[in-house]
Amino acid sequence: MPEKEKKKLDLKIREMPKQHEDIRRQNFDEVALGYPANIAIEEAIRCLQCKKPKCVANCPVEIDIPGFIKCIAEKDFALGTKILKQKNLLPAVCGRVCPQEEQCEKGCILHKKGGAVAIGRLERFLADWEATQGEPPVPSIPPATGKTVAIVGGGPAGLTVAGDLINLGHDVTIFEALHEMGGVLIYGIPEFRLPKAIVKREVNYLKKLGVKIVTNYVVGKTKKLDNLLKEFDVVFVGSGAGLPWFMEIPGENLNGVYSANEYLTRMNLMKGFQFPEYDTPIKNHKRVAVIGGGNVAMDCARTAIRLGADEVQIIYRRSRDELPARLEEVENAEEEGVVFHFLTLPVRYIGDENGWIKEIECLKMELGEPDASGRRRPVPIEGSEYIIPMDAAICAIGNNPNPLIPDTTPGLEMGKWGNIKADEETGKTSKDRVWAGGDVVSGAATVILAMGAGRIAARSMHEYLTSS
Amino acid sequence: MFKVIQSEMIVPNMHLLTVEAPDVVQEIMPGQFVILIAEEDGERIPLSISDWDSENGTVSVVFMNVGVTTNKLAALQAGQTIPAVVGPLGLETEIDKFGTVICLGGCYGIGSLYPIARALKKEGNRVITVLEARSSYLFYWEDKLKEVSDQLLFISRDGTKGLRGHVGKLPDIINKTGGAVDRVIINGCTYLSKRGSEITKPLGIKTIVSLAPIMIDGTGMCGVCRVSVGETTRFACVHGPDFDGHEIDWNELLQRRKMYSSEEVIPMRQSKCEDHAHHISD
Ligand SMILES: Cc1cc2nc3c(=O)[nH]c(=O)nc-3n(C[C@H](O)[C@H](O)[C@H](O)COP(=O)(O)OP(=O)(O)OC[C@H]3O[C@@H](n4cnc5c(N)ncnc54)[C@H](O)[C@@H]3O)c2cc1C
Ligand SMILES: Cc1cc2nc3c(=O)[nH]c(=O)nc-3n(C[C@H](O)[C@H](O)[C@H](O)COP(=O)(O)OP(=O)(O)OC[C@H]3O[C@@H](n4cnc5c(N)ncnc54)[C@H](O)[C@@H]3O)c2cc1C
Ligand code: FES
Repeated sequence: MPEKEKKKLDLKIREMPKQHEDIRRQNFDEVALGYPANIAIEEAIRCLQCKKPKCVANCPVEIDIPGFIKCIAEKDFALGTKILKQKNLLPAVCGRVCPQEEQCEKGCILHKKGGAVAIGRLERFLADWEATQGEPPVPSIPPATGKTVAIVGGGPAGLTVAGDLINLGHDVTIFEALHEMGGVLIYGIPEFRLPKAIVKREVNYLKKLGVKIVTNYVVGKTKKLDNLLKEFDVVFVGSGAGLPWFMEIPGENLNGVYSANEYLTRMNLMKGFQFPEYDTPIKNHKRVAVIGGGNVAMDCARTAIRLGADEVQIIYRRSRDELPARLEEVENAEEEGVVFHFLTLPVRYIGDENGWIKEIECLKMELGEPDASGRRRPVPIEGSEYIIPMDAAICAIGNNPNPLIPDTTPGLEMGKWGNIKADEETGKTSKDRVWAGGDVVSGAATVILAMGAGRIAARSMHEYLTSS
Repeated sequence: MFKVIQSEMIVPNMHLLTVEAPDVVQEIMPGQFVILIAEEDGERIPLSISDWDSENGTVSVVFMNVGVTTNKLAALQAGQTIPAVVGPLGLETEIDKFGTVICLGGCYGIGSLYPIARALKKEGNRVITVLEARSSYLFYWEDKLKEVSDQLLFISRDGTKGLRGHVGKLPDIINKTGGAVDRVIINGCTYLSKRGSEITKPLGIKTIVSLAPIMIDGTGMCGVCRVSVGETTRFACVHGPDFDGHEIDWNELLQRRKMYSSEEVIPMRQSKCEDHAHHISD
């Protein structure tokens, strides 16, 4: 037997240091602190460097994972970063927020043995290392093609298209509705999970490459998409899924009932936690209910804790096993004191005489037959109504694509859920010279899938631009 | 950055601000609004568009100084810049040949009514513009409005100009037109819109109000601007700001607008007045 196989497998996933829960409950700083170099190297050495790596197959953007991990093991961080960035424009973001446990790490050969290599943490390590090395060099850009590209939306999908097409010599302009770039990365995901400085750094890098950025520009309102098409050769729509769902139950318009988007936007984009230094207020509620069980719900609950709530309860209609949030985030929330009510459905918000929410009426549920998603369908238990006192409720049950662009753009074919229809292989929409990708096509999904869709569209747009 | 072209107080506490925003004016329509930020890291606030100049790429708003952001806007001088002006947002006011239309404006709504009256007049309507204020010195843009109205009437609470009283005088005005009013359009504070709608409802006159709930993004993303219209919830920033005044849940709207009243006074209290007092006593 060769030497290597006899060596006992190291199945110990190296822990990443994080802020203690008693401390982090009281600040908005990042919770997870990242690997120090020596630990990163130890973790990287555990990688078996598979010949046919399943991790790569499971990565939506096909990063050469064993390649960059080998570099870490060999302490060549510069080369590792280079390999990583060949496929991923935003490694510092993805290293933090990607659901690695369902993608690359699930494919890891060591996963079955209980010790998958912590690929996400290693990705983050390299990206953070790079940030300490001063400004990244600007690559040389091929001669200008003279072709113009308009990108609608400055989220991960739009940023990816911009990065890819500027590097191919096209003239790229991003139009963003808000006053800051980054999409959900800026207005949704909280600082304690994804520091905003990281997003700003990536946007600045694109600017240095020559991408033109126009904020405060709502395509469909400021200018119709059809009119943009008169000025640009091609358009990419990456406007995300920013239309919040409400439950349509009585009392939903009471004061103190928020959409997750409102709560998080006040907090992140408008920096409500620094009120009154910053002008946008946010309430410091004492008893907060968050409806939903995804990452968005966890972010709201953990934000409410940090704003000084005494009690934060997550109300979810299925059971713990069905929680769509990442396990890591559920655990973080639990550590920070968030209480979970499973198999519970709010049916009514009850207000006080001034129009503020004071109670939520809920119904107990039990799990029945599996539904279309394969998960067991929650069914209400008759007569199980009960009331919980609450002074705020945050509705985090999902988002649809914003209808603003479809409503103002004739000829853009739409799907059942208000999503723009785009070809899976190319990102091409039903409208000539218009591509789309990210949450606006898929419905609310993930950062990496939005980036993957951006990459596919960019390739097809480039083909079109160079052949026409 | 957006350059301030003109900034002046036109009547006590009411300001006219004109900014250079060439992108915003390209597809602008009466009844739409902009969101602006007065200074870096400031709040986003919605203001109705009162006028624009497509040639020079400028847009004008009239606002009342009521809090932190309007205070900052009021202090601006020509030549300074502000970080954000985004728009035009919301749907335009429905303009058609209705017949006789009463345009009722109060407060900042006197300004935003102007492009609406202008468009209605152009469409061939008989436009009766009615302005409401506490006292004669609070009316503005009378000349501009006269030009686009068949009739310009005033209601002042102290009787110093036009009819004495408040919006409650509306039936008198309607009666004088022979009762043949096809539509009422109200711009101004929530009370004016609410009272006006309550008055026209029994008279069966279609009434359109421009609502001003709290807003953040103005693109339909946050839902803070939701209002109950009939049986449904609508987002005022994308489905409005205009709605049928007879279908609005006014109490809910008034309550929702007070959501942050306890917070909004905090920065005002920190207006550093104490510091001045300190210096004076030194
Ligand atoms: C709170 C929260 C937590 C999340 N956590 C995770 C996580 O941990 N991991 C993960 O992978 N994913 C997470 N997601 C999902 C992820 O953020 C999204 O899937 C991803 O951001 C989608 O990217 P996008 O570019 O398609 O759209 P977005 O990020 O939504 O960006 C769209 C941009 O377009 C702009 N826009 C919209 N309409 C217009 C218009 N008409 N004109 C101009 N601009 C316009 C918007 O303002 C926005 O900036 C989370 C989402 C939320 C809300
Ligand atoms: C579509 C729309 C169009 C508007 N057009 C105009 C306009 O043309 N001119 C004008 O003067 N005002 C207009 N408003 C109201 C204006 O947005 C508020 O006066 C402004 O947000 C107050 O901000 P502030 O920081 O100065 O005051 P704050 O300190 O935030 O608030 C002071 C007080 O103003 C009221 N207020 C707060 N937010 C709002 C709000 N969004 N809408 C109404 N009242 C509010 C509350 O009573 C609050 O207590 C409009 C609002 C909307 C939604
Ligand atoms: S202001 Fe946010 S949805 Fe209307």
